[in-house]
Amino acid sequence: MSILKKIITAVRGGAREVGEGIVDANSTRIFEQEIRDAENHLTKAKRDLTEVMAKQMQAGRELERIKGEISEHEGYASQALAQNNEALALEVAEKIAQLEVELQEQTTSHATFEKAATRLKDLIKKSERQLADYQRQLSMVKTTDSVQKATAAITDSFTSSNSSLLSAKESLERIKQKQAMFDDKLVAAEQLQAESGDQSLKDKLKQAGIGQQQNSANAVLERLKNKS
Amino acid sequence: MNIHKIATYLNGLTDQSDTGLIFDCVPIAGEVDVLRVDIQGREEIPVFVSVTGDQILCISYLWGEDEVIEGKKAEMMEAMLEMNIPMPLSSFARIEQKYVIFGALSEHSTLADIEHEVSVLSDNSLEVIAEMADYLK
Repeated sequence: MSILKKIITAVRGGAREVGEGIVDANSTRIFEQEIRDAENHLTKAKRDLTEVMAKQMQAGRELERIKGEISEHEGYASQALAQNNEALALEVAEKIAQLEVELQEQTTSHATFEKAATRLKDLIKKSERQLADYQRQLSMVKTTDSVQKATAAITDSFTSSNSSLLSAKESLERIKQKQAMFDDKLVAAEQLQAESGDQSLKDKLKQAGIGQQQNSANAVLERLKNKS
Repeated sequence: MNIHKIATYLNGLTDQSDTGLIFDCVPIAGEVDVLRVDIQGREEIPVFVSVTGDQILCISYLWGEDEVIEGKKAEMMEAMLEMNIPMPLSSFARIEQKYVIFGALSEHSTLADIEHEVSVLSDNSLEVIAEMADYLK
């Protein structure tokens, strides 16, 4: 059964028991051990791969060298034949035959290393997938476990603070009221600010004798005199 | 990441948060560390934060099974399923007998990411309750 399926079954079967049902500490530890083992295997496989690839490269270089030598000797043989030196040509041909055997051997081992490298690469890919899968499953188990423990802690704190007594709608209503009150206060504060700002400016202007002045009797008299 | 770092960060923001919200964090004792994040003016619907293995979970409780109007549960659940993807960052779930809204972050998230998550979750929860009011008692 997959871990997710186990979790679902356990949750359906009685939420409180999930912790004991699937995540008893022991099985989690075993699982973690499996993950560590898989990680070790992976590290070893990667090391092996490096080694095999190095050997493959070495064999590849050797192949090139032998091929070069063969064509070089073929040249010598032709030259010997051109000089009608049959004996020397034969000696060179023997050397070529020897090189060809060596070439055959190197080709085989090069192919073997190549196959081994491919196999190791596949193995590593598979192990990495497997490891990622183990880790994901472990994370599911651990998350289920901690969410449960967290829920228990939250529920306890709810009961002790009585916050659970409010329904969702009531809570929302209260929050909205608080928001409205806050907005009202903000508006009131802005108005107050505006008014007091205005007033203090007027006061300053008056002190400086600028703007509309209070009508004094002298001013009225002055105005009347000017009229006549 | 641990809840104490998150608490120190969120409390330290005071009114300097990017989201304009003021947070008040209180760690809750228990087998697993849980942080209760109260948001000024929204104390009725706190956000609970816990760090579990490789993820950070932020959860808000919406309503209980007993608050759903009889006969409307299926319709409500369909509405929630349909709303799930359009709702930014948060998803619905049920824990025991309570419907919740939650967001999961990588354990490597920055504190600013967590702040953003908590504030979006809080906004979403208020909006969801308002939207779902027809199904609730």
